Amino acid sequence: MNSAQVASRPPTDWASPKMRTRIARRYRSESIFRNLGLFALVLAASFLAFLLFTVVRDGWQGFLSTDVKISITYDPAVLGIDPAATKGPNAQAALQAGDFQAVMAAGVAKLGDEADTVSEGAWLVLRKQLMEDPALLGKTVSVWVPAKSTIDLLAKGKFDLSKPELERGVSDADVAHFNDLKKAGLLRTGFSRIFITGADSTSPELAGIWGATVGSLLTLFVTLSLAFPVGVLSAIYLEEFAKRNRWTDLIEVSINNLAAVPSIIYGLLGLAVFLNFLDMPRSAPVVGGLTLALMTFPVIVIAGRVAIKSVPPSIRDAALGIGASKVQVVFQHVLPLALPGILTGTIIGMARALGETAPLLMIGMRAFVSDTPVGLTSPATALPVQVFLWSDDVARGFVEKTSAAIMVLLVFLLLMNSLAIYLRNKYERRW
Amino acid sequence: MSLTFISLLLIGLALVGYFIARAKGRALTALPGGTARTGTAAVHSRPAYHGAFVALWVALPALALLAGWAVVSEGVIASRVLSTVPAATRPATQLDRDAFMSEVRGVVNGEIEEAFNPDANPAAKVYVATKTNYNLLAGAAAAALAALGGLWGYSRLRPDFRARTAVEKVVMWTLILASLVAILTTFGIVLSLLFESIRFFQKVSIVEFLTGTTWSPQTAIRADQVGSSGSFGAVPLFWGTIFIGAIIAMIVAIPLGLMAAIYLTQYAHARARRILKPLLEILAGVPTVVYGFFAALVVAPAVRDFAVSLGMTNASSESALAAGLVMGIMIIPFVSSMADDAITAVPQAMRDGSLAMGATTSETIRKVLVPAALPGIVGGVLLAVSRAIGETMIVVMAAGLAANLTANPFQSVTTVTAQIVQLLTGDQEFDSAKTLSAFALGLVLFVITLLLNIYALAVVKRYREAYE
Repeated sequence: MNSAQVASRPPTDWASPKMRTRIARRYRSESIFRNLGLFALVLAASFLAFLLFTVVRDGWQGFLSTDVKISITYDPAVLGIDPAATKGPNAQAALQAGDFQAVMAAGVAKLGDEADTVSEGAWLVLRKQLMEDPALLGKTVSVWVPAKSTIDLLAKGKFDLSKPELERGVSDADVAHFNDLKKAGLLRTGFSRIFITGADSTSPELAGIWGATVGSLLTLFVTLSLAFPVGVLSAIYLEEFAKRNRWTDLIEVSINNLAAVPSIIYGLLGLAVFLNFLDMPRSAPVVGGLTLALMTFPVIVIAGRVAIKSVPPSIRDAALGIGASKVQVVFQHVLPLALPGILTGTIIGMARALGETAPLLMIGMRAFVSDTPVGLTSPATALPVQVFLWSDDVARGFVEKTSAAIMVLLVFLLLMNSLAIYLRNKYERRW
Repeated sequence: MSLTFISLLLIGLALVGYFIARAKGRALTALPGGTARTGTAAVHSRPAYHGAFVALWVALPALALLAGWAVVSEGVIASRVLSTVPAATRPATQLDRDAFMSEVRGVVNGEIEEAFNPDANPAAKVYVATKTNYNLLAGAAAAALAALGGLWGYSRLRPDFRARTAVEKVVMWTLILASLVAILTTFGIVLSLLFESIRFFQKVSIVEFLTGTTWSPQTAIRADQVGSSGSFGAVPLFWGTIFIGAIIAMIVAIPLGLMAAIYLTQYAHARARRILKPLLEILAGVPTVVYGFFAALVVAPAVRDFAVSLGMTNASSESALAAGLVMGIMIIPFVSSMADDAITAVPQAMRDGSLAMGATTSETIRKVLVPAALPGIVGGVLLAVSRAIGETMIVVMAAGLAANLTANPFQSVTTVTAQIVQLLTGDQEFDSAKTLSAFALGLVLFVITLLLNIYALAVVKRYREAYE
């Protein structure tokens, strides 16, 4: 009866106007849907582009600094350095102890009205110069010293000078000084050595990124040397040796959940266990590294298991067949074949650790550290924490320094991720 | 002589032991009848295993001794140092003793020029002397143990000695220990959070914490201080967390992430996919502090200006909307990759069947693929929510610290994570309710994300198995 009904129905008239509009509507909704998908992707991509554009626009000038030319007399009497002492074995120490602030004050005073344009920390540059070239002692030389932040920002055109004085954030006096100096040819804006080689400072013109970079490297060193062996060994155990029982299930559940625990919880763990219970030093890269290692090793375990699983069983069977023990099979055959995959996962985990901020804040790595750290226990900060600290700073000059620090951080991340992609493409085998 | 140096020395000794024993192992194979797998003197293990066996015997017992010493040494040295302090001025309570010892250590490390406590300066000299003596003693004991272990291990090397089995047993134990780190970490997290939270709940009732609607953690330092009674009602924080992480961020991330995944899996050419997918991965790789900076510097002022243009007079420069929007964008790649997995797991036959019936691609996606993949997508979204509520830097930098209970996205709200950072980065003694409340907040965060993760992972797993 059913088939009779179907048969009795006239065939669909696809050319009828009703059918045509219906099909047109369906095609229209098809193309709208498709374009919505494209729109979502383009939106995400343009956000990324906008973010990078903003960072680079604000940040590239952070690598530049403005210097003022002043004439400095390295007078031993003012410095309080005995010229004879600079010949002896303790020459560097003697030079280091000199009163460079007085020398700078004398040199800056020669600028007259424009004396207020030089950074307060400029004497550090003088000390460095004299320590590198002790022969300058007693001589008068002209030196480029960093200008104070307002002058630096004026030189970079960061102020809208058409606004009234109170709204633009820079005083008329500073603008006048800046114009005078510029006219006299005493200003230059160039690549900032201080930013690349210095550590944190309270004045933007003296702040550098090197201290935080070293802090990050030391932290990552600790993280890598703990998380990689532990991660690889547990991956091997879980994938190759563990029997399926309740104990192994507990380990598996732990690892899967640890990989998804919010990073700040690891910070709380580090604070409670490493700092308060084990009494380890605050702000130290070793504690930061330990905390990040706990966070990174589940990632390495998961990547390691996938890599080990992808090694075909025939490799194991062949090695077992010629008399290798199970441990020999794993360490001499399976592990080398799985290593590229494990390394890729490790690098991605390390890149995540490099960008991590919250746990480091918890264990005190947000302290103001004006020296480049020298060891695993000396106070240090890390690149992302430095970004956070500078972004919090009210001084206007730190806006471009923050963006510049972000650029440095992103370059490191890009390098690590490119390495991971390169390794994956070059060594990964499809069985 | 520091413990690190002694440990390095021991590792050097172990290497020496390794080479000597390996040479012995080689000599064994050279014995008459020992070269091949024939004869009575066939050697069981390869020379390297003999070497490793002795090296382990040199290093492990001695290192274990050193590790034990490192744990107890501070206590032993402290009691020695304290016994030299004149009895009349000797610190009496445990707390005083700890303070005294940390002062002494400060003098020794050069962190403190001149100790506040007059006894600490001579004690510092005693400390250095005792520590040097004891470390030398420990070093000597470790060396003796290493020599003994090495000799004993060496004496066991024979052609029929199963060195490989012994070494592999150690390797197996190392593997088991490494995999236990995961359990230890989980327990460490649970115990440390629980322990501090219990101390917090002794000061503040758990009911007030979970149901109170005023959050002002400023406890009075002086008794007569005004306006800092300290009330710990965390509901505004929970609301702020849900508002930013689970509502605003998801309104951004779910449609965009889902549509991106649909386009990538169903429409994009293989070549376009090769370019677009890494793009999303870059978005996922940008550190959260960068998003936070961007939210605070660019998005928040724009949102405020927009609010002002809508006629709002009290628009704050820190708003829930700014933080939520940026967080949503941060989550897009995550949602998209989860949805991608879920959609590609739907069997090709279902898609082909729908297309064969004359449905357009978009009809197939909307009526067949997405409904079939829904459990997987929901699981992915739950994971994304768990990630968003645990996210810290964006809210610290863009959402503000005012604990408002408001549904107005242009107002400032605060979240659990932002408060944890705020509470623990000030200068506060460790026992105050203010500091401890951060751990209670951490515990709530941990429990909620854990439940979300377990549930979501179970959903995703069951879904995947359904189509396998």
